[in-house]
Amino acid sequence: MLKIVNAVKIFNKGSVNEKIALDNVNLEMAEGEFVTVIGSNGAGKSTLLNCIAGVYELDGGNILLDGKDITRMPEYKRSAYIGRVFQDPLIGTAFDMTIEENLAIAYARGKSRGLTPGISKADLAFFREKLARLELGLENRMKEKVGRLSGGQRQALTLLMATIVKPKLLLLDEHTAALDPSIARRVLELTDEIVKENNLCTLMITHNMKAALEHGTRTIMMNEGRIIMDISGKERESVTVEWLVEQFGRKSGAELDNDRMLLI
Amino acid sequence: MADIIKGAAELGIIYAVMALGVFISFRTLNMPDLTVDSSFTLGAACSAMLCVSGQPALGLILAFFAGCAAGCVTALLTTKLKIQPILSGILMMLALYSINLKVMAGKSNIPLSRILGVPTIFSPFLDTGLERYIALILNTAVLALIIVLLYYFLKTRFGLVLRATGDNDKMVRASGVDTDLTTIAGLALSNGLVALSGALLAQYQGFADIGMGIGMVVIGLASVIIGEVIFGTGSLLRRLIAVVLGAVTYRFIIAGALELGMPATDLKLVSAAIVAAALSMGTIRDKVISLAGRQAALSRYKGGSR
Repeated sequence: MLKIVNAVKIFNKGSVNEKIALDNVNLEMAEGEFVTVIGSNGAGKSTLLNCIAGVYELDGGNILLDGKDITRMPEYKRSAYIGRVFQDPLIGTAFDMTIEENLAIAYARGKSRGLTPGISKADLAFFREKLARLELGLENRMKEKVGRLSGGQRQALTLLMATIVKPKLLLLDEHTAALDPSIARRVLELTDEIVKENNLCTLMITHNMKAALEHGTRTIMMNEGRIIMDISGKERESVTVEWLVEQFGRKSGAELDNDRMLLI
Repeated sequence: MADIIKGAAELGIIYAVMALGVFISFRTLNMPDLTVDSSFTLGAACSAMLCVSGQPALGLILAFFAGCAAGCVTALLTTKLKIQPILSGILMMLALYSINLKVMAGKSNIPLSRILGVPTIFSPFLDTGLERYIALILNTAVLALIIVLLYYFLKTRFGLVLRATGDNDKMVRASGVDTDLTTIAGLALSNGLVALSGALLAQYQGFADIGMGIGMVVIGLASVIIGEVIFGTGSLLRRLIAVVLGAVTYRFIIAGALELGMPATDLKLVSAAIVAAALSMGTIRDKVISLAGRQAALSRYKGGSR
């Protein structure tokens, strides 16, 4: 479904601050595969996601989605196929608009944005049903502005918006990192449910090593712009957090940044 | 007295059309657009020239589209050439000054006097029973039509993403929409309304003047902010009506100040002061609150001896 070939991204090229953020990254993901991405700060995880989404353009290499080369496609066009949830809960929604208006904007993804009414009666019933499944009581607050929701509620809403029209690829950039532990757990549960139900090809960055192993079907570790570990299937099932930490030290030749990385 | 109130209401309704335009750029696109100062005059110029040619109604329509074109250019400078929004507006404001003079055939003032026999949209009703109220009726009708159209437009699929652009452009792009396109459409619509307002004013007051748009953006911002402070920021319809009421309130404030003896030359100073005060209200309130908190903490620390 997703194929990344020799992806290279260099920031501040030619200056003293030059940084190779992606160093010949190759990654292939099958339909329905749920990959979790770990790595210390500056490893290139977010850059990889942003390059796939089109926020940054690659300096080299290609990105293919469902066989189509999207390397030079502008961000907004790719968004017709790619759903995204960001780390900052404020980024995923329009705060001064209502819950139903936000959902309507997401629901029109890939459709024409003409002068047809933004929300129909049928849409409202559909939104209500979808919101009810989040079990956060949002189905009764559809006319409220999103700015009044908590971070966790906004993140759950963003997740719903990213998947309300089935995307070919779902990108999650530490989408629970800014949330309280209990609501973070709920959002992760929801993520699992939605991904399984729609058989979504998903790429999730996380700082939580335990979450990286408990969720998804495959885990990759990045360091200095390269993928240094890639485990799935039986091998992954037997892996522990401790082993992962040890592997990181061995393969990157550095101590894991314990301050930022949550081990448990 | 009644005439002062009537005059303020008539002007308020005309300026409300301009304020709705400013609302679109300032609130829904989150971009204070200075093109307004000149697109207002552009509208007045187009409208006056067509009145002179005997086509006052066509003048209003043409003024709207001329304003749209001006807004498009500003938006293209911002989105495609990446010039800062404020600077794009300033550049267009300057460029339009020359264009406005060209539209007005090189003259800085176009009189539309009844004596000269120049028709306006109001002139067919002169010498009828409606003469006294025709300005109020026609302007209100135009304003009502605009509010209805705007309300439904902002609720369409395109309208929703237009409103979301100022709120959160990342989210709009993540939903598959080109934010350059929404910005262009938004600024076009905004300046179209501003120009229409200028066109109405020219026909109402009986002349177009090259300097009539100076400070218009400030009046628009004042109207939007006064509307929000007094009438709230709830649903979309409420916000639109708040802008209109804000514009009318502003005219009443000005009429009152003039009545109390304020020299007309101080108008722009007062307008600027109102907007500066309104925009800084949040910051001042926060400062006062934090200062009060510190005082309270200090007095606790000293054992309440103060």
